[in-house]
Amino acid sequence: METFLQLLIYGLQLGSIYALIALGYTMVYGIIGLINFAHGDFLMVGAFVALFAVTLFGLGFVPALLISMIITGLLGVSIERIAYKPLRKRPRLSALITAIGVSIVLENFPRALPFIGPAPRPFPQMIPMVKFNVLGVSTNSVQLIMIALSVLLMVMLQIIVTKTQIGRKMRAVSLDKDAASLMGINVNSVISVTFFIGASLAAAGGIFYASTYPMIDVYMGIVLGLKAFIAAVLGGIGNIPGAMVGGIIMGIAEIFATSINSDLGYGIGFVILIFILLVRPAGIMGKFTIEKV
Amino acid sequence: MKRLLCMLVAVAMMLSLFGCSQSSNTAQEIKIGVVCPVSGQSAIAGEYIKNGISLITDELEKNGGLEVKGKKIPVKVIVEDNEATPEKTANAYRKLIDQDKVVAIVGPDMSKCILAGGPIAQSSKVPAIGTFTTNEKVTQVGDFLFRACFIDPFQGKVAAKYARGSLNANTAAILYNNADDYSKGLMENFKKVFEEMGGKVVEIQAYGGSDVKDYNVQLAKIKAANPEVLFMPNLFSEVPLQAKQAREMGITAKFIGGDSWDSPDVPKIAGKDIVEGAAFISAFSPEDPNPLTKDFVTKYKAKFNVNPNSNAVLAYEAMKIVLKGVQDAEKIDGQGVRDAMAKIKDFQLPSGTVTFDENRNPIKGAVVMAYKDGVPVYVTSINP
Repeated sequence: METFLQLLIYGLQLGSIYALIALGYTMVYGIIGLINFAHGDFLMVGAFVALFAVTLFGLGFVPALLISMIITGLLGVSIERIAYKPLRKRPRLSALITAIGVSIVLENFPRALPFIGPAPRPFPQMIPMVKFNVLGVSTNSVQLIMIALSVLLMVMLQIIVTKTQIGRKMRAVSLDKDAASLMGINVNSVISVTFFIGASLAAAGGIFYASTYPMIDVYMGIVLGLKAFIAAVLGGIGNIPGAMVGGIIMGIAEIFATSINSDLGYGIGFVILIFILLVRPAGIMGKFTIEKV
Repeated sequence: MKRLLCMLVAVAMMLSLFGCSQSSNTAQEIKIGVVCPVSGQSAIAGEYIKNGISLITDELEKNGGLEVKGKKIPVKVIVEDNEATPEKTANAYRKLIDQDKVVAIVGPDMSKCILAGGPIAQSSKVPAIGTFTTNEKVTQVGDFLFRACFIDPFQGKVAAKYARGSLNANTAAILYNNADDYSKGLMENFKKVFEEMGGKVVEIQAYGGSDVKDYNVQLAKIKAANPEVLFMPNLFSEVPLQAKQAREMGITAKFIGGDSWDSPDVPKIAGKDIVEGAAFISAFSPEDPNPLTKDFVTKYKAKFNVNPNSNAVLAYEAMKIVLKGVQDAEKIDGQGVRDAMAKIKDFQLPSGTVTFDENRNPIKGAVVMAYKDGVPVYVTSINP
């Protein structure tokens, strides 16, 4: 029982980060039907921005988090404007390939910069590490705060999408772009807001990830982005609560599978992906939609 | 035009004549090739290699040549740049063997490079000795290939000897990367030797690749087994997080690692206090109290004003091994030198005593280093 609880904590910790990143995939897909493969790299950018905010300007955790989320969010918006918007009316494959290109640029441009470079770097410990021992389960302040912050961000996002004006606009655009435009909704600005929120959530995910595993490099987003993408598909891509559920399931499944066999843990995400595509291609919470011709 | 061509041919013939007479004049001279990265991204390693070798050429010059069976023979060392690439290594090997007619080749320092040049040396029957070529495959190319360094899995043995013999640990646990041959080889050898010496490996945990960052599950199992030492023969980019997560979880076992721990990034990323006291295996330490090491370090420092590193000492030793082969050879040619090199036994060198095994891998000592306040310091030397 103790081992079970302990593993559950590790799983939740990993899962909440997957969920945060999966949200960005799902939001962008829900609105413009694009799988933004550069999304994993936003989290790397977020982590690096926070690193510089802390080491150069001596900021604390909360200001560094906010600044990083804003800068990464703006980066997301400008990438959408430069790379994806001109292709919005083109076949989806063009945008997908562009996304892969953007991802390669985001990984290798910082790598070429002398003050970032290819070598891994330590990430500062911004939250004091306090260890707890509850019911034979050992945990620490960093783990608990990261899980709590992830849940908080997810709740905030849910409120934005369901309760606010911009949320209503987003849902309208996601339902039918042209009709929403006819109703006087500025589709471009809605898409920009979506990219801003998605990228800033990725930045938060990157900072949380770097706080738990304090070593960052320019390629940290690749595998993490891939796992989060699987989480989004698992939950039903385009569906926001689905991405949260998918992320948590992925995290827990990975930890439990690792405890059985380490190789299994490494591959479990892909096993889940194959299984879900075979059994329920729309994901746990996704709806089947018929492509209109 | 025709006349010009004639003149050119005549000049060429004359030159070749000179060439002939020159080589007949100094028939006694021995040529030895050195292949190392003089330029390119590994140029710093090449610098150390050249420096290490220059200590020997200085010595030879001072003594007026190499003493072979009572006679002084002049030795010429020819350095070729391989830019740390396999293709350039193959070209350099060809040039040294076909044009310069060397009796042996020292270097390069990388396994992938000597694997490209090795077959050329093998088919031309010229012995070649890699300096820092730790991959087991290198000497499997053929019986003309040697190396001056120990092979990767050997570190596992040394680590086990240190844990069991010097630390008197009874129990050990291992965390290793099962997608990496380096890590796997060290793990297997550590387990074998540690158990042969009466210790018990209480837990072996694996993970599936370099991009894994969460070791909590594996470490929780290791913690439950409560070992005295924790052996982590993993890459320098993986080790810091492992060490950090282990200590945060409350594992108090002493850390032991392979030579990959020897990177300033390890204490920088993990934190000095996390890796305090962590021991790792290294080919060489300038602080080794062995008189030969001291002598080498003093000479090196006097000439270059910095401490030598493993690259420098291994190049120095590889050249010493070749010269010893030349001295002992019945006939000074590729075959003769090879046979003499293969017979080398208990040869005293700065980083330890060298004896070649049947696969031309040196059985030699290693040093144990430990992090103290974020800086590696010499702990002890372990001889096989």
